[in-house]
Amino acid sequence: MTVTFPQKGLPWLLLLPQLLVTAIFFLWPAEQALEQAFYQEDAFGLSREFIGLENFIDLFTDPLYYQSMLTTLVFSFSVAIVGMSLALFLAVMADRVIRGKLAYQTLLIWPYAVAPVLAGVLWWILFDPSMGPIALWLKSAGVDWNHYLDGNQAMILVVIASTWKQISYNFLFFLAGLQAVPRSLIEAAAIDGASPFKRFWTIVFPLLSPTTFFLLVVNLVYAFFETFGVIDATTKGGPGQSTTTLVYKVFDDGFVGLDLGGSAAQSVVLMAIVGLMTVIQFRFIERKVQYS
Amino acid sequence: MIENRPWLTFASHATLLVGIGLVALPVWMALVASTHPASAFGVGHIPLWFGDAGVETWGTVLFEEAGNGVDTPVWFMMLNSLIMALGITFGKIVISLLSAYAIVFFRFPFRNLCFWIIFMTLMLPVEVRIVPTYEVVANLDLLNSYTGLTLPLIASATATFLFRQCFLSIPGELVEAARIDGAGPWRFFFDILLPLSRTNIAALFVILFIYGWNQYLWPLLITTDDAYYTLVMSIKRMLSVTDGDIAWNQIMATTLLAMLPPVAVVIGMQKLFVKGLVDSEK
Repeated sequence: MTVTFPQKGLPWLLLLPQLLVTAIFFLWPAEQALEQAFYQEDAFGLSREFIGLENFIDLFTDPLYYQSMLTTLVFSFSVAIVGMSLALFLAVMADRVIRGKLAYQTLLIWPYAVAPVLAGVLWWILFDPSMGPIALWLKSAGVDWNHYLDGNQAMILVVIASTWKQISYNFLFFLAGLQAVPRSLIEAAAIDGASPFKRFWTIVFPLLSPTTFFLLVVNLVYAFFETFGVIDATTKGGPGQSTTTLVYKVFDDGFVGLDLGGSAAQSVVLMAIVGLMTVIQFRFIERKVQYS
Repeated sequence: MIENRPWLTFASHATLLVGIGLVALPVWMALVASTHPASAFGVGHIPLWFGDAGVETWGTVLFEEAGNGVDTPVWFMMLNSLIMALGITFGKIVISLLSAYAIVFFRFPFRNLCFWIIFMTLMLPVEVRIVPTYEVVANLDLLNSYTGLTLPLIASATATFLFRQCFLSIPGELVEAARIDGAGPWRFFFDILLPLSRTNIAALFVILFIYGWNQYLWPLLITTDDAYYTLVMSIKRMLSVTDGDIAWNQIMATTLLAMLPPVAVVIGMQKLFVKGLVDSEK
């Protein structure tokens, strides 16, 4: 792009709304978080005291914070791996069929539009220990399901509800990836006598690796930041701390626990993590552009 | 089709149908639950087939009150959700179009700095900086207002990037020709740029509408006045009733109504939706 308009003031006018919103609702709060992280404030916001790095030291010596980190990792990778495997399986099936491909796609992609909190509510009632059909069925099969008491079961419930919403997204991208695999390659392998199963593992799956990696990043970001609603509706981070992810903890410590300094310190740590993830995402996308 | 294996084709169809069934299971259950009176739910049982209280339940939540401590009817909260979703969508599209236009078609000092400032919003999702953002909005006296619901969410790096990408693909000759013909920057923007980006705008509209409609944490924090309750966040207030008093049928009907508009948008505008999803990830 070389041809431009000569006006000097106009571009500022055009940028003004975006810059204003960014400054007021993004940069200012970020700066506040940074500042607050170095202070201790009483619960009513009446007085505060500069305490240097103490909030961060508290944070990084708090075993609960490490537990929450571990919870976040287990949760995010479970959501990513379960969701991607199921979606890939369905996408391979949908790629095989000739008739009704679009109908299948339509019937599989709508959960994307369901708000996370609603997904949480829907699965919550299915697994409700006293009357949920799945919970009752599990009980009759000998599994004592009660996600209010059992941390692992609570985690399973949160993973199921979050994955359900994300399958549609993974399915769409895997299906697009599968359709981009050159037919001639598969035909050649078929003529050489490779079975559909073998063709998938030796040709199709390796060719899908850019899609897979891209989806892994997207799914991890989703599980990190967009599952607040699911957790809030199903387990509220409990029992104990077993489903408190880092993002849920920022909210919980800030608005429920009223530990503003600690919450701000967590915000700062999270911003650093998001920054890192964004850079990784962009690095990867640059690579993808080169290959295509 | 590479080769004809009827058995495998049959298996594919069967698996897909099972998949669709599993995906639809929770919604099916919710639909069934919403057709029973509240008394049908209790320890050890939940109705598994349709009852006859469906019309009554749906009528009550839609036109009278959602129940479980939320006195506002669903149609009213739908209106609030619609205002918020459309506000966010239009806001994001307009400010992103303008800033992408400025960045691509003008040369001015600190252009790169502006670009980076916009880029930074990508790194600061609202969930991450929730406490200070709440304080800023409270200081500006925007709690319980439509401005407070929409304005803080309309800065969007993603939309700006998308439009920037789209503008960069417009050939320089087109701009030159427009300038030779005497078109100023505004004329060029409205008569050439906007018509050229029409599909992109539509695709983005679908994605952003879903994003706006599904906002949960933000409206939950900043609205305490019934008049500004949005549908998705009201679910949380409905669930905070003590266990014994929960009217499950009403919660399920409200949940279904809350997911209906965005799901309808995805199914009705599938092509645009897929395009928007693919574009906004670039």
